[in-house]
Amino acid sequence: MTGLFELLGLGASAELLSLSGWGGNLLRGLANSLQIAFGAFGLGLVIGLFGAYGKLYGGKVTRDLLAIYTTVIRAVPELVLILILYYVGSDIINKISEGLGGGRVEINGVAAGIWVLGVVQGAYATEVLRGAIKAVPAGQIEAAKSYGMPAFMIMRRVTIPAMMSFAVPGLANLWLIATKDTALLAVVGFNELTLETRQAASSTRAYFTFFLAAGFLYLMVTLCSGAVFARIEKWARRGQPSLRGGTR
Amino acid sequence: MDSAAATASALETDTRREAIRVEDLHKSFGNLEVLKGVDLTAQQGDVVAIIGGSGSGKSTMLRCINFLETPSSGKIVIGGEEVAMQGDGSPAKQKQIERIRTKLAMVFQQFNLWTHRTLIENVIEVPVHVLKVPKVQAIERARELLDRVGLGGKEDTYPAYLSGGQQQRAAIARALAVDPSAMLFDEPTSALDPELVGEVLTVIRDLAAEGRTMLLVTHEMKFAREVANYVVYLYQGRIEEQGPPAEVFGNPQSERLKQFLSSVA
Repeated sequence: MTGLFELLGLGASAELLSLSGWGGNLLRGLANSLQIAFGAFGLGLVIGLFGAYGKLYGGKVTRDLLAIYTTVIRAVPELVLILILYYVGSDIINKISEGLGGGRVEINGVAAGIWVLGVVQGAYATEVLRGAIKAVPAGQIEAAKSYGMPAFMIMRRVTIPAMMSFAVPGLANLWLIATKDTALLAVVGFNELTLETRQAASSTRAYFTFFLAAGFLYLMVTLCSGAVFARIEKWARRGQPSLRGGTR
Repeated sequence: MDSAAATASALETDTRREAIRVEDLHKSFGNLEVLKGVDLTAQQGDVVAIIGGSGSGKSTMLRCINFLETPSSGKIVIGGEEVAMQGDGSPAKQKQIERIRTKLAMVFQQFNLWTHRTLIENVIEVPVHVLKVPKVQAIERARELLDRVGLGGKEDTYPAYLSGGQQQRAAIARALAVDPSAMLFDEPTSALDPELVGEVLTVIRDLAAEGRTMLLVTHEMKFAREVANYVVYLYQGRIEEQGPPAEVFGNPQSERLKQFLSSVA
């Protein structure tokens, strides 16, 4: 048994992946990735909500600006956007800092990652949420209006809860994209999972082991997310009969 | 209107208070003028049935009263308070129209219950969040109202699992929960299967009997004749004929009304 174990090189792999060794680095990378994905997804939701409302109910200028935002962001490859937003962002911050008489600022990697990916996610979320809001039966919003609800209360009590069931599948997609887009931040030298993996692999020459391990971690994130979103969707669809029919 | 009815109406006008007054109401959608100057007054306790063919403007008129549609011009006075309007007909004071809307409960053709909330949540929504009634009190009242419209035991059911008639009765309970000074019914039975119409009409009939002020846009002529104390016939955006139901239905004057009544009979 032990012989077979050794033959497949699993003993060596286990040693390489131990938590005190490179394995720990991978997990730290994963934690960084998730932190950014959470932040970016959250920022994207906020941008998306304002964007969707702006596109649906805003004035002409608002609508045009938002159209430019969503078109440009969705047209340019994310890798290019990340490079642009990261370097432009840090350049602007440094300019401001120097203008105020300060020195160059060290950009916080997590904050930069969240801002860059959040802006990208916001463009997609705008469209997901716009579609979901439009899918809410107009009568439900009209009923709220006819009973004297102010606009913000209608949004909070009626529109957002009613649109959730339409938005969740699209938002689940966006979340999964967010977790994987964090890998693109490797190009700006941020220590997320992919960069950690590459460093571990090139230091030890055990490419297969480490990339397989990283792939496994991404898969786990996806599986857990799937379970969480299934619950969220069930909650969001409360009150709607199942499409398959059957029990309430 | 014969002289006896006119006298009775005039006498009553002195003693009862005015609930809704519409003056010279115009409404256009683009180039299409749907309402061409409509006047209507409902005193408290009046049940006014608004009848007319499709496209006559009856629903539009009802929806202008609570500003779900913005009138093109005219005047809307609710409970003696005139709704301030901007040049384009939209409410000038958002707070004012929101306050007035809470007194005018609307019941829609398509029920428009909030599908993500159970029946009891639908009924307490406006009292709790708009009128700031304590939740415990609102729930107690909502149970009574659901019971009253024959939906006791369905409090925790979502609207999608109910028949159209049940949904419309729940919508009426939601309307009653705000303790409205007048109720606006916009073709409340038009989306229902024929066998479900009766149960909704029974609830509305009870409300009329207890003296609630109502404006009722309807295609149910028999029902209008039975519950209304005043009937308005709209034709192409104008009031063609109006009066007590016995007059309007029993002795129609205009050719159009005669034709309309024979076509829906």
